[in-house]
Amino acid sequence: MSMLQQIIDRRLSGRNKSIGNRERFLRRYRGQIREAVRKAVSGRGIRELEQGEDVTLPRRDVSEPTFGHAAGGNREYVHPGNQEFVKGDRIERPQGQGSGGAGSGQASDSGEGEDDFVFRLTREEFMQVFFEDLALPHLIRTQLAEVPEWKSHRAGFTSDGTPANLHVVRSMRGALARRIALGGEDRKELRRLMQELQALQAHPEADAEPVRQQIREIERQIEELRRTARHVPYIDPIDLRYRNRVRTPVPSAKAVMFCLMDVSGSMDEARKDMAKRFFMLLYLFLTRHYEKIELVFLRHHTQADEVSEDDFFHATETGGTVVSSALVLMRDIIRARYPSSEWNIYGAQASDGDNWHQDSGRCRELLQESILPACRYYAYVQVAEAEQNLWQEYTQLEGLCPNFAMRKVASAQDIYPVFRDLFKKEGVPA
Amino acid sequence: MSDFTPPVFERAAQRLPSPSDWTFELIETYHTEIARTARAFGLDTYPNQLEIISAEQMMDAYASVGMPVIYRHWSYGKQFIATEKNYRRGHMGLAYEIVINSDPCIAYLMEENTMAMQALVIAHAAYGHNSFFKGNYLFRMWTDASSIIDYLVYARNYIAECEERHGVDAVEELLDSCHALMNHGVDRYRRPQKRSLAQDIARRAERERYMQQQINDLWRTLPKPAGAAAEADAVRRFPEEPQENLLYFIEKNAALLEPWQREVVRIVRKIAQYFYPQRQTQVMNEGWATFWHYSLLNSLYDQGLLADGFMMEWLASHTAVVFQPPVGHRAYSGINPYALGFAMYTDLRRICEEPTEEDRRWFPDIAGSPWLKTLDYAMRNFKDESFVGQFLSPKVMRDFRFFAVRDDEDEPELEVSAIHDDGGYRALRESLSRQYDIGNREPDIQVWNVDLRGDRSLTLRHTQRGNRPLHEDTPEVLKHVARLWGFDVHLESVDGEGRTSYRRTVSPKRS
Repeated sequence: MSMLQQIIDRRLSGRNKSIGNRERFLRRYRGQIREAVRKAVSGRGIRELEQGEDVTLPRRDVSEPTFGHAAGGNREYVHPGNQEFVKGDRIERPQGQGSGGAGSGQASDSGEGEDDFVFRLTREEFMQVFFEDLALPHLIRTQLAEVPEWKSHRAGFTSDGTPANLHVVRSMRGALARRIALGGEDRKELRRLMQELQALQAHPEADAEPVRQQIREIERQIEELRRTARHVPYIDPIDLRYRNRVRTPVPSAKAVMFCLMDVSGSMDEARKDMAKRFFMLLYLFLTRHYEKIELVFLRHHTQADEVSEDDFFHATETGGTVVSSALVLMRDIIRARYPSSEWNIYGAQASDGDNWHQDSGRCRELLQESILPACRYYAYVQVAEAEQNLWQEYTQLEGLCPNFAMRKVASAQDIYPVFRDLFKKEGVPA
Repeated sequence: MSDFTPPVFERAAQRLPSPSDWTFELIETYHTEIARTARAFGLDTYPNQLEIISAEQMMDAYASVGMPVIYRHWSYGKQFIATEKNYRRGHMGLAYEIVINSDPCIAYLMEENTMAMQALVIAHAAYGHNSFFKGNYLFRMWTDASSIIDYLVYARNYIAECEERHGVDAVEELLDSCHALMNHGVDRYRRPQKRSLAQDIARRAERERYMQQQINDLWRTLPKPAGAAAEADAVRRFPEEPQENLLYFIEKNAALLEPWQREVVRIVRKIAQYFYPQRQTQVMNEGWATFWHYSLLNSLYDQGLLADGFMMEWLASHTAVVFQPPVGHRAYSGINPYALGFAMYTDLRRICEEPTEEDRRWFPDIAGSPWLKTLDYAMRNFKDESFVGQFLSPKVMRDFRFFAVRDDEDEPELEVSAIHDDGGYRALRESLSRQYDIGNREPDIQVWNVDLRGDRSLTLRHTQRGNRPLHEDTPEVLKHVARLWGFDVHLESVDGEGRTSYRRTVSPKRS
């Protein structure tokens, strides 16, 4: 009787058993993790949002305390590898080691004295925290967190695959070629021997013993060659060809997203940070629908510039504010580079609502007449509470144009509602 | 079962195939040969269940204290993250094997291993560790191999239920507190009754009801009838004897715990008890498994079953496992239990087979005795502390070049108190034996008193050994004790002269 109960293949069962424990770990440190995500978001470009992030926790915070001994008192340790000591020798106390330079079993398991506990949030976990901050509804979270839809199409042939994808003609062609290639030499030799045989059989002295012996010899060789030829397999696994299919992402249209932001003196870091999340969320939405997205950054105070993303978020200007300058620039850029017949145009504007009072009317006109007709969607957030004339002017547009949304945003979770209509249209082809 | 005569094998006609990739048939073939040889040597084991798992699953098991099932807790998540990170960066190879003290004995084989490594793991875990689990007295006394998996499944379900009913946070806090006391939640001397899981569950409800009653009784606030009874009561201490098992004491006596909390304390306590023998038999257990994989595979080679390349491969791993870096070496982190254990069993065999004059002086009873019998006896009846105390031979001490260093905080320097010479062997052996004494490694903290008539505070007493103080985590652990106890907790640390050198009081957070 064998003592073996059984061999079990567990490789496919019970994977990711630790997920539940990981969730609990993340839950426990959600405060620190949110802080880390917040920092990461400020440090990242709009396009780089969807990545994991390293989170550092102080070792002290993740330790599990137990009763144990500290240095001091009276103790004795046995060590291996004595080189020169004899009984009674005195050794200087090692410095910097709490446990007196010795640890049988104690030093190894506690992991004390190591650096901070660093671990990596996956892309999904990072996005979940990001969404939590923005208080996104769960349905929207799944939509956004989803990897874009894929479509599979043919791309040549491969040498391995499922039987269902076997390409018979290709495989047989390969088999034929292999048989020809492997049998070539032999067949040439066979032909030569056959000719020789015929010649010998036609020989006048075909019945004489030396010739007959020669004939027998050649017949033997022919038989041999035929036998080898039979050993070349008719079809071999290496002949098999399968249809290959590759997956490509479905969205294929292109879009441009205009980010407009007031960078006058009143826009401080916190407000800019809020605006950044607003832009990120829109960008994230667009990446689910378009393969190619261009970003245009327009910042303005009394006049507007097109700038790089870095300058957009990090340079501060002072002085007054003329919002229409940015709208004019946007209109001009659309006309010059992004004809609305080819591009899906999205606008996102953030400001503290402060504007030169005679300019606000003009802003509304610009939007209504030239920008909104060209745009699929235009969202405005005001990152300050005050009711200013720009807000009042924009309010008039709200009922009029279905592709326009506006919102006051005091904290990150107020951002999402401005996009509510946009996300609601999910079913309609964008 | 076995008469302990060393087996004699016939030479095999043909070698076993030894490709580097394993297959299920090959594993079975090798297992059959290893099992046959192990039986011939008289190894008595539970039936084996070999499980093929992926590296990821190995990390899962690694992170959950080596068990196939365990309740959910953030600390296992932390452990997994740390393990995974080290593995991915290549800082650490995974353990080749994990083996579970259960009946049948479950041994994990990682799919990445080569055939030679699988054979090594089978010999090491499925026959070495397995026979140790079945034979050693500590495991026989404290663990019940047939029910541990069922119990863990029960524990996981129960705790999941608690999370649902009382919230994840409440359960997590409770588990944190219990884990902090896990090392002090074991019975060291008393033997638990054996009961089946079904009985366990059936008794739970009854126990919960009864316990709650008992505790309420203990804290009764009704005025006592006046007279002599009250006076006697004032002198009575509670508990009458100090209690070493803190979790047990809390489970039975903490007044404010709800029944489900008591059950969770109990679960953690039971699991701690299950692991208690492992903590005390590291050298013996690993040494035994290493000695047997070495002996079994060598025996297979002598029977003409193993190829040379196959031998080289597992011997390379074996050599790495039993390497003992000397003190001061970069890789030195204490005595390697595999190295010491392997050396001791090997030397024990030598003492039986080829005793020297020195061995006859040191081990008159075993020098020249049948080696299988002596090793079997040594494996069954000792723990690390007594095993070293009994069997560490002068030769092993010389081979390891052991020396003892005394660290007295009153002295400016350390002192070498004994080395591997005639004058030092006994002192060295005693010192190393003490080093493996769990009572010496972990502070001795016991329940000293409960102020039944006053503020219900709990007093713990730390009895110092060699005047060694407690480390800086202590106040944190006391917070956990206070959370479980529900009232103030005092800790006093008492030195050799009976003076209290440290005192601390923690009050529970009221929510």
